[in-house]
Amino acid sequence: MILVYISSQNGISKSAFEAVTYARKLDSEVCVLTCGSASEAQLSAFGQYGAQKVLVDRKIDGSDAQQLTKLISQYAQELNASTLVFTHDFVGKAIAPRVSVKLKAGMVAGAIALPEANGSIKVNVFSGKASGFVKVNSSVRIISLLANSIPLELNETACKVEEITANTGDSKIKVISVKKPDGAIPLPEAEIVVSAGRGLKGPENWGMVETLAQTLGAATACSRPVADIGWRPHHEHVGQTGVAIRPNLYIAIGISGAIQHLAGVNGSKVIVVVNTDKEAPFFKAADYGVIGDAFDVIPKLNAALVKFKAANN
Amino acid sequence: MNILVCISKSPDTTSKIAFSNDNTQFDDNGVQYIVNPYDEWYALVRALELKETLGGQVTIITVGTTTDEAIMRKALAIGADEAVRIDADPKDAYYTAMQIAHYAQSNGFDLVLTGKETINYNGSQVGGMIAEALDAPFVSLATKLEVNGTTIQLEREIVGGLELIEVALPVVVSCAKGMAEQRIPNMRGIMAARTKPLQIIAPQAIEELTNFIQFSAASSKASVKMIDADNMDELVALLHSEAKVI
Repeated sequence: MILVYISSQNGISKSAFEAVTYARKLDSEVCVLTCGSASEAQLSAFGQYGAQKVLVDRKIDGSDAQQLTKLISQYAQELNASTLVFTHDFVGKAIAPRVSVKLKAGMVAGAIALPEANGSIKVNVFSGKASGFVKVNSSVRIISLLANSIPLELNETACKVEEITANTGDSKIKVISVKKPDGAIPLPEAEIVVSAGRGLKGPENWGMVETLAQTLGAATACSRPVADIGWRPHHEHVGQTGVAIRPNLYIAIGISGAIQHLAGVNGSKVIVVVNTDKEAPFFKAADYGVIGDAFDVIPKLNAALVKFKAANN
Repeated sequence: MNILVCISKSPDTTSKIAFSNDNTQFDDNGVQYIVNPYDEWYALVRALELKETLGGQVTIITVGTTTDEAIMRKALAIGADEAVRIDADPKDAYYTAMQIAHYAQSNGFDLVLTGKETINYNGSQVGGMIAEALDAPFVSLATKLEVNGTTIQLEREIVGGLELIEVALPVVVSCAKGMAEQRIPNMRGIMAARTKPLQIIAPQAIEELTNFIQFSAASSKASVKMIDADNMDELVALLHSEAKVI
């Protein structure tokens, strides 16, 4: 039996369904554990991906990893779970290592594939410049799954939502305020990302990047210099010190492709690079390249996409 | 304020990544090791800023072999007061975290800081593991940290946003961008670091819960297909029919 911990505080993300899809491929028995106030209808959606049961603790809000560790460990033991699955995001990074210590269960951090025949699991290492295969030596294992690593797969299953209360103690963390960017697709989950750098010349020119992203249903991102000089918010910065992403399609406009930037995006399945400098190092990491000025290429690409969408819808 | 900062060595960001022994080991031939950037720029520098305003002491700790002494000297040169090395070749995150937790438990700290992850294994595990072993709260991926008497206020990243939280000391925090700015050691710091003693401590017997059995270097891309800037219809057609991403 596989236990999947999911955060449902701010709605249920695509990566949560990916984690359930992943769990269902490991074992036919999948149980989801969550906390907070998501409705029964929202939670039973996990049945679409193969979960038979959703356990929800309504008394805790999920802000204290210590409480969640107690909750998760208790149910992992009661249900005799062989594997625990987390999402390798802000949630999984806060909780999974604690549960690993509590249960003395080896952890595979940032899995990008299902286990190999020998039981080892592939992860990215050296900031995406290589991959490694991790073997877990304990009887129970913990896997945190990187977003966009496995395609969602429907597996319609009758799913029961059950309310539970665990003895988790009080939260030691007091939440004072929450800041959320408005309705944008979270960058690590986006399937298509349009990213721009200093080639855009100024923050006032980002309108065309946003238009292109809208046409594609994409999230927007930027390079480090652009975030450092304040043209774009820091949460959009992808690269070694920013967010690491692995979308299906990454379009980089006016970004030269320094090794630190590549470290954050080289998990992308397809990379398109637009740059005026034909010597830009990014072309070596690209699948498709366009030599040209952003101000000329972006509107043309957008027009071509609009035409394509109109013809294919 | 007694602060413990966990540091790790990592290959310089421009290092060529290769493996030896039938791809089972990182080949560090010719590799220049640095203090893992997140540990140095964010965790260590923020710890020093807190010491400067509140008083106290900053101790850095690493689990490593004699080759780690260069990064310990660097941390001392930036301003750490004491440097501790648990004399072992770190094997997995659990092993590393349990060694540090054992030291922290016996010495008592108000605050334990780590970087958000290392740039070599990228697991983001050690901080949370130390916190669980110490039965202390853990705040991951914090971008701001202010001390307010016996509590601290932190800003941390959450899915799609930021959260401002408060928690009582002692606490373990993993530090991300925004926490502090990189500091370049000055000549006085570098000279002083040369003579500061390094404490070497024998490791505890801890098992490894995981191990890497194989590595493979990322496969390089087939050569890039260039498309004329005046022919964006072709690019769109290729993304649709060849790459199948739109």
